[in-house]
Amino acid sequence: MIGPVRYWREIPQRYRYEAARCSGCGKVFFPPRLVCNACRGREFKPVILPQAGTLETFTIIRVAPSGFEDQAPYAVGVVRLADSVKVTAQIVDCDLETLATGQKLRLEFRKVQQDGASGVLCYGYKFVPA
Amino acid sequence: MREVAVIGVGMNKWGELWEKSHRRIWTEAALAAVDDAGVDRVDAMYVGCMSGGLFVGQEHLGALLADELGMGPIPGTRVESACASGGLAFRQAVLAVAAGAHDIVLASGVEKMTDVDGGAATYALSTAADQEYECYQGITFPGLYAMMARVHMERYGTTRRQLADVAVKNHAHGLLNELAQFRMKVTAEQVMGSAAVADPLRLLDCSPITDGAAAVVLCPLEMARKLSKQPPVRVAASAHATDRIALHERDDMADLASTRHAAALAYKQAGITPKDLSFCEVHDCFTIAEILVIEALGLTARGKGGAAAGSGLTAQGGKIPVNPSGGLKSKGHPVGATGIAQIREAVLQLRGEAGKRQVPKARWGLTQNMGGTGASTVVHIFERAEGRKR
Ligand SMILES: [Zn+2]
Repeated sequence: MIGPVRYWREIPQRYRYEAARCSGCGKVFFPPRLVCNACRGREFKPVILPQAGTLETFTIIRVAPSGFEDQAPYAVGVVRLADSVKVTAQIVDCDLETLATGQKLRLEFRKVQQDGASGVLCYGYKFVPA
Repeated sequence: MREVAVIGVGMNKWGELWEKSHRRIWTEAALAAVDDAGVDRVDAMYVGCMSGGLFVGQEHLGALLADELGMGPIPGTRVESACASGGLAFRQAVLAVAAGAHDIVLASGVEKMTDVDGGAATYALSTAADQEYECYQGITFPGLYAMMARVHMERYGTTRRQLADVAVKNHAHGLLNELAQFRMKVTAEQVMGSAAVADPLRLLDCSPITDGAAAVVLCPLEMARKLSKQPPVRVAASAHATDRIALHERDDMADLASTRHAAALAYKQAGITPKDLSFCEVHDCFTIAEILVIEALGLTARGKGGAAAGSGLTAQGGKIPVNPSGGLKSKGHPVGATGIAQIREAVLQLRGEAGKRQVPKARWGLTQNMGGTGASTVVHIFERAEGRKR
């Protein structure tokens, strides 16, 4: 369940796409974390995720999890952004029959789901064809 | 460190066991293992269970089940590593015996998945992925494996038919396993024509929702013949490795790095190579998973796993039979129990007691159990003790 506090805590990432760049080796993490898994550095500088990406892989969800039933079928993919960061997100406003890897995409702010138990309206990033 | 042997195995029929409770399912398997070993006590026990809390609202399984077995006040430990919980429970038992902490140890696994509806079961399973940055976006486990499948298919030319061949093979194997949940033959056409779940995966690419348990008894190898009439099976290697939990955080989404790492450690411990193996029991939670796993285990070159089932390489009678038990696909996948059931199969094969599904002259067997999309892998290698040069 996504209660209000749990939802609120992730707002910097879901609304503002806040990531962190390791001061030691330059690797970018989304979401930010305390330790770099490449160099074990502990110093980071805040950065904002690049908003252009390329579709690396995807699926069409036909059997949806709870909270998403009324959206099926829908596409979810792994999108590679600049700085080599990859994220999982829905691909929307696209033709599900012709969607293909390599598609250039642009990040947009959208409603993602409505949590059934808490009633929280959940927003975040999705991708649309660029 | 002491050498470790398995001296008893237990498992009952898997399926939708509506008339049996979580604790009843587990206790039946544990008693079968203790009776098979012929021991009158166990000194400690480990229980692999992914989510007693979400499936039946019951945690604190170590104490609960030690008492159910009539073995209290022995230490009972519950181990969780998603779908690798059973394999990891076995590894904890191996370490306890090897270290000399305990002599006779029960390693077990259980999951009771049908007390909740499909949506709740899907949610419970999804907790093995990154809740905030994968599941939040509406992805499911079939969806995550589907994305791995697409990478493999586009990069290596793996076909939709080759995915189906894995299900066909494992269901053919499972026909010979009287404890399997789905003892039925399926054809490639049936798999490819079954309901779409998450493109390119279909219903018959997925392992089922299952109630079930399995248990084994371990002791020091040098005590095995004194404690038990059963031919001991030696634990030749025990290895565990992890990877990033979110699929999108991995450099290569078609490489099961945790399996590759654990397998390399295990081959080194056992002093063998993949060519020495007589059979493998691997984690085919989805058809694509078996293809990725056999590549990571070194049974085929990277990118070549797709052809293995259809060519007969990994079928019963082939060069390296994979999942002679029927695998998760046919046998069922009560998540916490799966890793232990793989080990039971390996022990039966190495004792020469696998009946109609016996792999001829089996000497070395490998089990591979993984959690999530492969963020945890546990690999064990077993050897028929009689075949051993000392
Ligand atoms: Zn770094």
